[in-house]
Amino acid sequence: MSTVALAPAIERERNRALLVTAIMAALLALAPWLGLYPVFVMKALCFALFACAFNLLIGFGGLLSFGHAMFFGTAGYVCAHAAKVWGLTPELAILTGTAAAAGLGAITGALAIRRQGIYFAMITLALAQMMFFFYLQAPFTHGEDGIQAVPRGRLFGLLDLSEPLAMYYLVLAVFIAGFLLIQRIVHSPFGQVLKAIRENEPRALSLGYDADRYKLLAFLLSATLAGLAGATKSLVFQLASLTDVHWTMSGEVVLMTLLGGMGTIFGPVVGAFVIIGLENYLARFGEWVTVITGAIFVVCVLAFRRGIVGELAAWWTRRRT
Amino acid sequence: MTEIFGVPIGAFAGQLLIGLINGAFYAMLSLGLAVIFGLLNIINFTHGAQYMLGAFCAWFLLERIGIGYWWALLIAPIVVGFTGIVIERLMLSRLYKLDHLYGLLLTFGLALVFQGVFTNYFGSSGLPYRLPETFSGAFNLGFMFLPKYRAWVILASAIVCFGTWFVIERTKLGAYLRAATENPALVQAFGVNVPRMITLTYGFGVGLAALAGVMAAPIYQVTPQMGANIIIVVFAVVVIGGMGSILGAIATGFGLGVVEGLTKVFYPEASNTVIFVIMVLVLLVKPAGLFGRER
Repeated sequence: MSTVALAPAIERERNRALLVTAIMAALLALAPWLGLYPVFVMKALCFALFACAFNLLIGFGGLLSFGHAMFFGTAGYVCAHAAKVWGLTPELAILTGTAAAAGLGAITGALAIRRQGIYFAMITLALAQMMFFFYLQAPFTHGEDGIQAVPRGRLFGLLDLSEPLAMYYLVLAVFIAGFLLIQRIVHSPFGQVLKAIRENEPRALSLGYDADRYKLLAFLLSATLAGLAGATKSLVFQLASLTDVHWTMSGEVVLMTLLGGMGTIFGPVVGAFVIIGLENYLARFGEWVTVITGAIFVVCVLAFRRGIVGELAAWWTRRRT
Repeated sequence: MTEIFGVPIGAFAGQLLIGLINGAFYAMLSLGLAVIFGLLNIINFTHGAQYMLGAFCAWFLLERIGIGYWWALLIAPIVVGFTGIVIERLMLSRLYKLDHLYGLLLTFGLALVFQGVFTNYFGSSGLPYRLPETFSGAFNLGFMFLPKYRAWVILASAIVCFGTWFVIERTKLGAYLRAATENPALVQAFGVNVPRMITLTYGFGVGLAALAGVMAAPIYQVTPQMGANIIIVVFAVVVIGGMGSILGAIATGFGLGVVEGLTKVFYPEASNTVIFVIMVLVLLVKPAGLFGRER
């Protein structure tokens, strides 16, 4: 597979994406100085990475996971436990959490890819629910209370992360690193084969690609990156709770990706910022948030399937031709 | 003979009964999902919410209008089924040419809308549904008391499941339905109005969920979340059974309910997760499901 040469079109796309990412990173680095509330941006960045990881699976592999909260939440719990009980430094705690999500991803992925399409979605949902009940009962998660007052600690034993700005730049660095890795995966030969499997699995099989291996690796990567996002979030909020493993969280990441644009590089980031912003704004309306979330789902599926970034890209191409 | 496997026989039979009741609801709900999936190729995520709507409909009829349980059994499925028909005509019918996943996403969104609206007006705490007079009391079976209403639920759900199986497998209408599942274009060419059949099938499946909701109302509390909690388990039931066979869906539903009940006796910590564990085992051994076909 290393012999596949990238077509010039992909090369161009890749360079454009890198340019936009650089601009985005610069803007985000300035955000705290532009009056944006850092905790809000950190939360949005964690969810943006989560959504990008999810999008790797649905947008480029065509696999709809309805249980991604289990990776997000598992990493959060393990990271919080490692930082608070084992006393690990933040970077090691995040790595431990991410590794836990990767392990869970390998097991659940191997099970879920045994079925396709709608069954895949139902299996991931059911497995995530199983993990939810596990965390509800396991003593180390402290049930409904969650793991509270997680120490942020000192990065590499040096940099004190209780400084809001230090934490902010760590989150930004984690996000940009994860985001670049996802772009690298999508634009690699591996990513192209994954797309081929999404479009026509029997054909990819007949060309000699072991579809199950590609799907499993995509699932594993997606779970790992979702875990990275979840572990980071638990340090930001110094809390790991059942909310992050609940099925509503799985639904939320689907919504962010759908709204921003499935299968686009930047869609999930836009979707995450919009949804987190919306939730922030609508927090005082209580349960209406659920109703509005559901309504956005319905509208997106009926009239807006390409999502914000997808529609913009389509509009741009139409204008140029 | 007062113990069985070291457990008092009363407790054992009691959990078995609860298992059978839960199994009855799993069977009715997974049956509806299977019927809808067969023809529409959509996994109806709203199914849980429609079960909840059925229960609320019965509660409204009793508390606000004074219409009792027996009429609710008839009215609630018709009302909720009708909303299902509206949903199918206005929304689902636009998605048939697209990837099946969009149907799942749309119905998930609708489930959130229903659940959110009802949580807003009724909160998360449960509303009790008064049991009809006829069902107060219990049968004494010697080793345990069998509440009359629970006996009725098991009997009624068995009748509903059998009736659905009979209609689909043994009548002319069912033959059309099965034919349209295999090849809608050909059935349409024979002069059968397939789009209308699809609409009515969705309405029927939704009505079945609502009927289950009415029957559940006196047993469980009527809450906006009641559907979300059960639908995920039902999904696992569907994965275990496979959606290829009606009888398979019924048997899997009842069987898993019993297994869940027995787990409560012997290893209560696992009672929430046992169905998911079974799903994992089935996926390892027979990925297509116990009664499923690869498609």
